[in-house]
Amino acid sequence: MLCRAGRHLEREVPLGFLTSMRRKSRSERMFRAPERLDSTYDVVIIGAGGHGLAAAHHLARDHGVRSVAVLEKGYLGGGNTGRNTTIIRSNYITPEGVAFYQASVDLFRELSAELELNLFYSARGHYTLAHTESSLRTMRWRAEVNKHLSVESEVVGPAEVERAFPGIDLECGGHAPILGALYHAPGAIARHDAVAWGYARSADRHGVQIHQQTEVLGIDVQNGRVAGVQTSRGYVSTRKVLCAVAGSTPRLLDFAGLRSPIYVHPLQALVTEPMKPWLDPILVSGSLHVYVSQSARGELVMGASLDPYELHAPRSTFDFVEGLSGHVLDLFPFLSGVKVLRTWAGLADMTPDFAPILGKTPIDGFYLDAGWGTWGFKATPIAGKIMAQTVASDATPALIAPFALSRFEAFELTGEKGAASVGQA
Amino acid sequence: MKLLDCPNIGARPTAEFTYGGELRHMPDPDQATDAEWADYVWNRTGAGGVKKEWWFHVPSATWFIAERDTRTDRVLRTFLIDEGAS
Repeated sequence: MLCRAGRHLEREVPLGFLTSMRRKSRSERMFRAPERLDSTYDVVIIGAGGHGLAAAHHLARDHGVRSVAVLEKGYLGGGNTGRNTTIIRSNYITPEGVAFYQASVDLFRELSAELELNLFYSARGHYTLAHTESSLRTMRWRAEVNKHLSVESEVVGPAEVERAFPGIDLECGGHAPILGALYHAPGAIARHDAVAWGYARSADRHGVQIHQQTEVLGIDVQNGRVAGVQTSRGYVSTRKVLCAVAGSTPRLLDFAGLRSPIYVHPLQALVTEPMKPWLDPILVSGSLHVYVSQSARGELVMGASLDPYELHAPRSTFDFVEGLSGHVLDLFPFLSGVKVLRTWAGLADMTPDFAPILGKTPIDGFYLDAGWGTWGFKATPIAGKIMAQTVASDATPALIAPFALSRFEAFELTGEKGAASVGQA
Repeated sequence: MKLLDCPNIGARPTAEFTYGGELRHMPDPDQATDAEWADYVWNRTGAGGVKKEWWFHVPSATWFIAERDTRTDRVLRTFLIDEGAS
């Protein structure tokens, strides 16, 4: 009965774990639901995930752009924002990548205060295990790049790994002995749905309109520049469109007549039943295709590598559950009796160099925040901030210059694939 | 999709197959402009739909083409490349 009451509360009051929220009546929503679309907006943002909402928040608050609509075909935060495994880190391998993700971590640390909402941001420390000499070598490289850029990162030995993870099998059943790990102290987790709702509330307070269940069906391009957007609820005219739709990016690019290297594969994840806190840090093993952390509710949140072929349906497979469970048991044999509670998938918009595609496009007024593949959640605050700046000024900030769509045609790819945690960044 | 039809030996579990990407036609390297060549190297048909794809049956070492709807994961037909894309 208690359990049921708790669930009831969570449904009626989003993020019901906040006691302050309990006192509010149902009429005080986190954001409004406008009845109709305006005929014109200064900026239309497609996709009410973390990235789109963060951009709306910064456009309205920092750049004074109040005529902004965020259009969402489903529900707010229901795409990859609510489907990732919430890991936040900046221990990448290229200076461009490290600088970008470090800026994001810096923003994340202050985000609960900025949005006046507890995001349960929790710095746990992040260990990436090395099972081979070659991965140990890459980790030393990553640690040196990170330290050079003032990011806490160091290579540690098996003894430190055992201290951090009581009960771990350092031999991994004998077939993948742990030789060491890359330790990244600032590695953190946060409530991903809270990030979306926090940005949505702030954007709404600054005058942004959020329209859920409003699907974009066409992009009106005239003489090489954006003129408007066709939606399932009518046409709106606008000179600027920010596209932040993850796995739906290729479909929207088709509307705009643009081509890109983005390909879509599902990425699956699962949680176990809750248990007492025992796993404090975040653990990643590239060789075993595992990443795992324990949420504030006590569930183990874990994921593996991308599904092996293209698919645009977020379904779960038994192959995934079986494969991931086997590898987790290699690391922690004592979990063999633990039950899997839920599985799900998101649609990852992958790029050939495992880096995002950000900024201006060949169409004036059409901006992309895409190619986030499997690594987008940790970039939410910085992507929102920098895309707002890009859209407001119609210029490319230096921080995202390496991530332009034009890099492919120029054969100037980034080298981020080496920091992939599990065959993905 | 849990089973896939190998054109030679029939339905086998998908675990026996490897995905080889979309069937694409290479432009003539001597005739193509830089932009056309870059488009061929990098760009893909990313949106979901019915696509012709390369698949490989690992145990029998057979490359073949599958016509698959990438929105629903339903395979419409499979055939060997010599048998044409009729």
